[in-house]
Amino acid sequence: MTITEKILAAHAGKDRVEPGELINVRVDLVLANDITAPVAIREFEKIGVNRVYDPERVTLVPDHFVPNKDIKSAEQAKMLREFSRRHSLTNYFEVGRMGIEHCLLPEQGLVGPGDLVIGADSHTCTYGGIGAFSTGMGSTDIAAAMATGETWLKVPESIKFIYKGELPRWVSGKDLILLAIGKIGVDGALYRAMEFTGPVIENLSVDGRLTMANMAVEAGAKNGIVAPDEITRRYVEGRAKRPYVFYSSDPDARYVEVYEFDVTNMEPLVAFPHLPENVRPVSEAAEVKIDQSVIGSCTNGRIEDLREAATILRGKKVHRDVRLIIFPGTQEIYRQAMHEGLFDVFLDAGAAISTPTCGPCLGGHSGILAEGERCVATTNRNFVGRMGHTGSEVYLSNPAVAAASAILGRIGSPGEVE
Amino acid sequence: MDIKGKVWRFGNDVDTDVIIPARYLNTSDPRELAAHCMEDADPQFPTKVQKGDIIVAGKNFGCGSSREHAPIAIKEAGVSCVIAKSYARIFYRNAFNIGLPILESAEAAEDIAEGDLVEVDVNTGLIKNLTRSKEYTATQVPPFMQGIINAGGLINYVAERLKK
Repeated sequence: MTITEKILAAHAGKDRVEPGELINVRVDLVLANDITAPVAIREFEKIGVNRVYDPERVTLVPDHFVPNKDIKSAEQAKMLREFSRRHSLTNYFEVGRMGIEHCLLPEQGLVGPGDLVIGADSHTCTYGGIGAFSTGMGSTDIAAAMATGETWLKVPESIKFIYKGELPRWVSGKDLILLAIGKIGVDGALYRAMEFTGPVIENLSVDGRLTMANMAVEAGAKNGIVAPDEITRRYVEGRAKRPYVFYSSDPDARYVEVYEFDVTNMEPLVAFPHLPENVRPVSEAAEVKIDQSVIGSCTNGRIEDLREAATILRGKKVHRDVRLIIFPGTQEIYRQAMHEGLFDVFLDAGAAISTPTCGPCLGGHSGILAEGERCVATTNRNFVGRMGHTGSEVYLSNPAVAAASAILGRIGSPGEVE
Repeated sequence: MDIKGKVWRFGNDVDTDVIIPARYLNTSDPRELAAHCMEDADPQFPTKVQKGDIIVAGKNFGCGSSREHAPIAIKEAGVSCVIAKSYARIFYRNAFNIGLPILESAEAAEDIAEGDLVEVDVNTGLIKNLTRSKEYTATQVPPFMQGIINAGGLINYVAERLKK
């Protein structure tokens, strides 16, 4: 079996499962945010149970439109707060103690290797970076799981991605996942599991692996996953709030497709508007002038991402025509970046630093684009109107490219500003 | 269920940001969402769509965000069903859960033109193009999901199970 099949079998109480099989599984954690939880809460209340299945495992994180951007958003966030109080939820994270959900949960040890997690947010697939099965669902599915602690799933077929060679400087997890999406397209892994393997992945940091699993959904996948190893162990030790299990794929595990990449001569990549599959080497993007650069999000808002950006920005100035906005993923990442002196680097360069929020990534607030404006962003989607006006454009990149582009005033590679 | 309506066509990879832009997600009121349904693809859509109309689209319909607001907006706008070549998986589940009929048929998705009058039998998956006098068959829904539909949606299904 593959690692995905093993985790699903364990949570279905079975010895083995086959792709295509419909199974009922126990979930280790259920997640929703300030956009999806209000709908889930309303549906939950229709079920007619008076308590959630486990107040330690139903997790609510207001992160999309907080700090409350307007009155309606405030009403939605209030629903989460009141529901959390009413059901004595242990894991409700208020502004000031919160973070972007998919940065926060692994950091707080609420998700561990071998877990099965579902969340009412498509990027719930992030936790595959530490060897968990996790996937996004809608609010009604989440409401049902909040009541029962279970959900149904179709066991996905798996696609294996093997990354070989030497990872060049300035090429990171973001580029490795964009490479895969560029190869197979935005529905290339529809309903399937993406399993990331090979020597490059074995040497990749947990932050880089989380970035890769995060964007599995941009290829239509049910989940993305990396087999946990010593790097994972070092990350989860001392954090994990529950026991965890390391699973890995058997040598005879079956894959519907196998892709092999040699990354040795790879450049950082940029996904052009308006789909994450429109991937080109950064050198082919040098004509693109930008108005804004955004570094952060559940994709690239972790400490390693901020360090990469700071390495590029140290002693440099943001181009006069560019707004650079940096969003650390959690309060802990924020504090860490501050202690490491990264904030001085950002402030000296002329960047704005925000409290953790999903704000600009989905065109919510704190960095909306006007008609005709272009933004390079370390986020995950570049759909029409994603970050503001339907006549604006988003180019997806890694943090080093976003930092270099902020200095250059156009999309450029880190090598150009070093 | 009898479904008959005029067709609005959209292309491949219609994402949930197009179906309902995030700037309107500070509410989950179906009527407010419906007032902005598909507006980033066609600003006039919310005003010109008529009750019973059908959306026909290409591959990977509903890709992107998990927002259930997307099928809710489509349903509340009066759209009676969606026919597409394929669906993103979260949208597919969401549509079933909230009771928006969706059918998968590559042939229908390619053949049906904007403005065609189409009749759909959700139970059999038979799609009739009355304008062109043609018929197509949609992919069968797994029996387990049919059970959820028969129970009147996932919440009723779960409520029934918890009572037992």
